[in-house]
Amino acid sequence: MIKLNRIRRQVAHAAAAGALAMAGFSGQVAAQEDPIKVGVLHSLSGTMAISETALKETIEMLVEQQNEAGGLLGRELEPVVVDPASDWPRFAEQARQLLEDEEVDVVFGTWTSVSRKSVLPVFEELNGLLFYPVQYEGEESSENVFYLGAAPNQQAIPAVDYLMNEVGVERWALLGTDYVYPRTTNKILEQYLKDAGVADEDIMINYTPFGHSDWQSIVSDVRDFGSQGKKTAVVSTINGDANVPFYTELGNQGVTASDIPVVAFSVGEQELAGIDTEPLVGHLAAWNYFMSVPTQENLEFIQSWHEFKGDTDAVTNDPMEAHYIGFNMWVEAVRRAGTTDVDAVKESIVGVSVPNLTGGYATMMPNHHATKPVMIGEIQPDGQFAVVWETAGEVPGDAWSDYLPESADIIASWRKPLLCGNYNVETGECSGQNYGD
Amino acid sequence: MRINVGYWRFIGMMLATLLIGAPAMAQMSDADTEFAEQVAALNARSFDEKAAAAQAIADSGHPRASTVLQALIDSRLYFRVVGGDVVLAEPTDGGFALTDPVTGEAAGTATQYEVRRVVINNAIRGEVRDLIARAGLTSPDATVRRDAVRQLLNNPDPAVAEQIATLIEDEPKADIRQDMALVLGLSRLGSDEPAERLLALDALRGSLADRVRNQVRDLATNDPDERVRQQAGAMLSNIEDKRQLWGLAEQVFFGLSMGSVLMLAAFGLAITFGVMGVINMAHGELIMIGAYTTYVVQLLMPNHIDYSILVAIPAAFLVAGAFGVAIERGVIRFLYGRPLETLLATFGLSLILQQLVRTVFSPLNRQVSSPAWMSGSIEVNAAFSLTLNRLYVIAFALLVFFALLAIFKRTTLGLRVRAVSQNRAMARAVGVSSSRIDSLTFGLGAGVAGLAGVALSQLTNVGPNLGQGYIVDSFLVVVFGGVGNLWGTLVGGLSLGVLNKFLEPQTGAVLAKVLVLVFIILFIQKRPQGLFPQRGRAASEG
Repeated sequence: MIKLNRIRRQVAHAAAAGALAMAGFSGQVAAQEDPIKVGVLHSLSGTMAISETALKETIEMLVEQQNEAGGLLGRELEPVVVDPASDWPRFAEQARQLLEDEEVDVVFGTWTSVSRKSVLPVFEELNGLLFYPVQYEGEESSENVFYLGAAPNQQAIPAVDYLMNEVGVERWALLGTDYVYPRTTNKILEQYLKDAGVADEDIMINYTPFGHSDWQSIVSDVRDFGSQGKKTAVVSTINGDANVPFYTELGNQGVTASDIPVVAFSVGEQELAGIDTEPLVGHLAAWNYFMSVPTQENLEFIQSWHEFKGDTDAVTNDPMEAHYIGFNMWVEAVRRAGTTDVDAVKESIVGVSVPNLTGGYATMMPNHHATKPVMIGEIQPDGQFAVVWETAGEVPGDAWSDYLPESADIIASWRKPLLCGNYNVETGECSGQNYGD
Repeated sequence: MRINVGYWRFIGMMLATLLIGAPAMAQMSDADTEFAEQVAALNARSFDEKAAAAQAIADSGHPRASTVLQALIDSRLYFRVVGGDVVLAEPTDGGFALTDPVTGEAAGTATQYEVRRVVINNAIRGEVRDLIARAGLTSPDATVRRDAVRQLLNNPDPAVAEQIATLIEDEPKADIRQDMALVLGLSRLGSDEPAERLLALDALRGSLADRVRNQVRDLATNDPDERVRQQAGAMLSNIEDKRQLWGLAEQVFFGLSMGSVLMLAAFGLAITFGVMGVINMAHGELIMIGAYTTYVVQLLMPNHIDYSILVAIPAAFLVAGAFGVAIERGVIRFLYGRPLETLLATFGLSLILQQLVRTVFSPLNRQVSSPAWMSGSIEVNAAFSLTLNRLYVIAFALLVFFALLAIFKRTTLGLRVRAVSQNRAMARAVGVSSSRIDSLTFGLGAGVAGLAGVALSQLTNVGPNLGQGYIVDSFLVVVFGGVGNLWGTLVGGLSLGVLNKFLEPQTGAVLAKVLVLVFIILFIQKRPQGLFPQRGRAASEG
């Protein structure tokens, strides 16, 4: 055993000399050194468990696969799972626990913007790495966070373009849940629509509380708004549970997708799993991934997900793909850096390009956002989406929206010499504005 | 010679294989072959080509054209990954049962990896609906004709108007004739002759349909003819007035339906809190248990979804009631007279029940299908329709209300419950087992909460958090209506619902909720006993 170890060490030295040898070699060595710890910060109880549980399992599956393929840098990966229970302050506590007590090398986690914003100071203070998998409102770029979900220009703006140019929509009802993501996104969209020449009276904005269940008046208002002779669409940033009664009410009041299509940014396969989708057929969603995309990578991913879950009906969705991409990017960056050291990984990950599940590549940009294709899907009776439109190639994520006056001049780049998440190109300095308010 | 015939047949087969990919179809008639080509063209690359193929199918007049088009918009049309021929597919266990679209014969089975859906978009779906509707105009079935005219009302192009003009005379049903006249009138509004336009306006008088309103509005401002403008203007203000009136009626209906949900959720609490004085924070979770019972009942009878909800009503009552009795026996009876401890204990219980459901059923929401007879709406006129599921919930809430009244006023149990709540010592003295009555009363309250769960499963999500959304509202209704009074809960629930729905259009949903809360706080300051103060208490204390 000792001898074997010595041989291994010798080989390891040889491999360290040549980075190329590293990748092929790592398959043989495993678990002798301390494992690399992968923190998972997703709610497994409380309101958000509905969405976040699948993400925790995704990371577990990816770690398992990576270990089967021989681990990373010759070391085994070990997931460290905590449960912040949909409680925003607890996210910060658990993040601190992961970084300080467990000393994890990387964290995959959080879903809502408020939970991300609650852990952000912790990650910056303790210099950790956070991979964030969900589409969000933008207006943020942290040195320690990698945003693998869509920024508004990778989801909302292309969706509106599609409706405007391909469907011929002239009136817009922007419906959202009352919190930061819908409010910021709607602010961006409103400006974008006005820039495109849409009149004030052709834009309707409405916010509802979390878990809103009585949609009668709002749907009736939308129907009335859409009955004035111009083609109307609903742009929905309604989040979570509230979507089910919303769509049910649309169906009951006889609003079909042919009359008033609804394009949603927060409704994916997972959310549709709890709905009778028959009345929703034809309504739209904009994402960077759909389970129905028939690429070989995706079919393999779905198959291994089914095996991992032991359930052939389990669905995959966009944030799961974001974790898939984020995880592979991190693995590749660690390989390039030859270490899991946070600063080294931060530097090596920019420019890393890994395959996504829809036949393209995702590249990490200097602003810590990724390139993603944008797809519009129509809901099918079986709860899946059929892609009806997609961008010609991948769209790079824009951290600071060009359609908001307060952020039009701001850019982010974590590459030298800029090294700033909120650089103002007008004044030529790091503006310090961050964490979107 | 014989070789020659065989040769040609072989060529034909090859051609057919190339075109539609199915060798067996070589013996089909010419019409079938052509139709098969058109169907095969549906599996095209671009949506434009697909739309053209759908149009060709509609024009073919083939007996199976409408079947294929219907399957296309119902997303039941698939193509084989290998070969690419188009098939009708019905999902079965672990795959699909295939049917040949041209002949209607069974064409074997396929797994989910062997076939893919023929994808269409909303534009094509709309066009195909119009195509089906035009074919449906001459159907012998009145419902098909009615739906067809309704569909075409959205898009009355001149060709449609022409077709309808020839059909309207022979139409036996008066309401379909009326809709047909609308289509004709709308198309005549675009006529070049002012006199014709005036006639069309006359014909459309009385209709409140969106399309009529929009076109009349257009004429009222843009028509070159003075008389047309005037008449259209008069008609427009008439339409707007009427629509406003109906809009008011709609708001009242929305308010009543929201109120009926509130009071249904609050009835159980009115019993446990109102009659027994127990602050039960797990009330919402009892509602959730009722909703999950509905889900389980539906799982148990997968072939009778339409009736499972009728079975779920007693089942949810019994299951939630049993939970209620267990909670009362296990926890609450040790805490009578200690409201703070009861509050904390039941709050903890609510968290335990939520997590229990998460563990048993997963944190994901469960899908409870609505029976067919509960979806859709009754259209009173173009500006006002009543959604059926809401109507049923209002009726159900009233039914529960009167059943509870009857229990309290007419049964021995009700008599004893009232006796214990008014004067426990005296009730015990005359031989009422007060602890048994306590658990029965709590069980009744819990059972009624379960009934609310059945109703809510039809309106909102069935998930672990279902109950949380209703616990605060339930307390509001009970306190507002007057503690210990079912009439108070009825009036309280309905009036809060209507108030909310009248505020909502002006203030938005978030502020409306806040305003209602402020209103209740002020109201309770002024009148702490609520709308209907309890009368019995004074007697027992006096």
